[in-house]
Amino acid sequence: MNSAQPETPMTAEPFPAAAPLLNVVDVSKRFGALQVLKNCSLTVQAKETVVLIGPSGSGKSTLLRCINLLSPADTGGIFFRGEDITHEMKDAPRIRREIGMVFQNFELFQHLTAAENIMLAPMKVLGMSRADAHDVAVELLGKVHIPDKADAYPDELSGGQQQRVAIARALAMKPAVMLYDEPTSALDPEMIREVLDVMAELSAEGMTSIVVTHEMGFARRAADRIVFMESGEIVETAKADDFFGGTVNARARRFLDQILH
Amino acid sequence: MSLQLVLDYLLSPVFFHGALMTLLITVTSLVFGILAGLVIALLQEARFTPARVVALAYLWLFRGTPVLFQIIFIYNVLPSFGIRLSAFLSAVIALSLNEGAYMAEILRSGLNAVKTGQRTAGLALGLTRAGVMRHIVLPQAVRIILPPVGNQMIGMLKTSALVSVVAVEELLLVANQTASANFRYFEALTAAGLYYLILTTIFMGAQAWLERSLDHKRRRTRKARPLLERLAPAADAR
Repeated sequence: MNSAQPETPMTAEPFPAAAPLLNVVDVSKRFGALQVLKNCSLTVQAKETVVLIGPSGSGKSTLLRCINLLSPADTGGIFFRGEDITHEMKDAPRIRREIGMVFQNFELFQHLTAAENIMLAPMKVLGMSRADAHDVAVELLGKVHIPDKADAYPDELSGGQQQRVAIARALAMKPAVMLYDEPTSALDPEMIREVLDVMAELSAEGMTSIVVTHEMGFARRAADRIVFMESGEIVETAKADDFFGGTVNARARRFLDQILH
Repeated sequence: MSLQLVLDYLLSPVFFHGALMTLLITVTSLVFGILAGLVIALLQEARFTPARVVALAYLWLFRGTPVLFQIIFIYNVLPSFGIRLSAFLSAVIALSLNEGAYMAEILRSGLNAVKTGQRTAGLALGLTRAGVMRHIVLPQAVRIILPPVGNQMIGMLKTSALVSVVAVEELLLVANQTASANFRYFEALTAAGLYYLILTTIFMGAQAWLERSLDHKRRRTRKARPLLERLAPAADAR
């Protein structure tokens, strides 16, 4: 895994630098009087893992929700595979198919089993047959290390297992990028590891990921780049090694000292 | 006391017609009651304050007065304002409006039980709003509202007897009229009572069947786990 040799980025092969998978340009967003995002710009290349950190309320989650159009940006542009999707609200379902999202509280569909949770979108959105969707579900449950939980309902699973089903559910749509919104914040400490391991494995396999998290251990082992946000602004964007090597902005340093105690 | 007469009444076209009328009033009022409830539930959830005030006034009015009062009011008072409705129509309107007040609360609890997060998760997967409603919200909401709606159904069947005061030829009125002709109250009321019991039994059966077929866990447990295995954990718990 990547953590073994942190000096080599996990994406060994070159990709066309001219075409980032995702380009967020100058995005601003306000909720009433509250300015939650101020001119945020972020470029994510294919196969890259970007970790977004920053204090609560700094706009990290809002930025993720702007990317998959759950919460439209007021100004600025969002380009996904070169296409300007900023105002494609009518076309949002098509765009969201390719952008997987994992939530803090898992948000599994309570009336469906683990396998059915994974099968729903491939069947209803992509029109996949039940049998094919089931094969996908079985394969993905293996990938997230809970192959025996296909027929379990969400309330019969631990938090860590639920979150891994949620990851599998997002992967079933074969997304080009995965967005993780504080995926381990609602978990008991002993379950955090199993979820982070799955995420790190996916990153190592080249799944493009944007992760909002407070888990610095994960950032250290899986991130290519760290983005530090504060009060709705992107304060710092640094290669993971530089960030943890200490060559960072003073505000980011202060935040790191706080959360690392 | 003649059981033969009870049987005759049961099989007579008048009683059968009365029972059908009771069923018709119940089902019609229930359908329109659910629609009224849906409107009120949506008004209550609206961000627009006047909408919530209207909903509150509705609930205050229709939960705060007896149904019997509402039936008589609509039948007897509206004509003085030039609105003349048949007894059947007055009865159904009164019962529907009343039912709407109770249905609103039930529907609201069902829709709210499916948390926003699950809807967001559905959207994030690429489902449309309609798809989220159909595949995620409704299947869960229906399970939650079914037991209280079943209660309302059975309640409505019995409440419908009240419309006999405005001379709708429903079961109780038929029984009462039949008995007052020959003073065989026991036979006529027994026949009506049996009809009520038959109808409520059918409703209860339908409700139980629906609940069972919508209960995902029971469906799976029955298939996957034999009885003994299901009893085993209970034995361990001792």
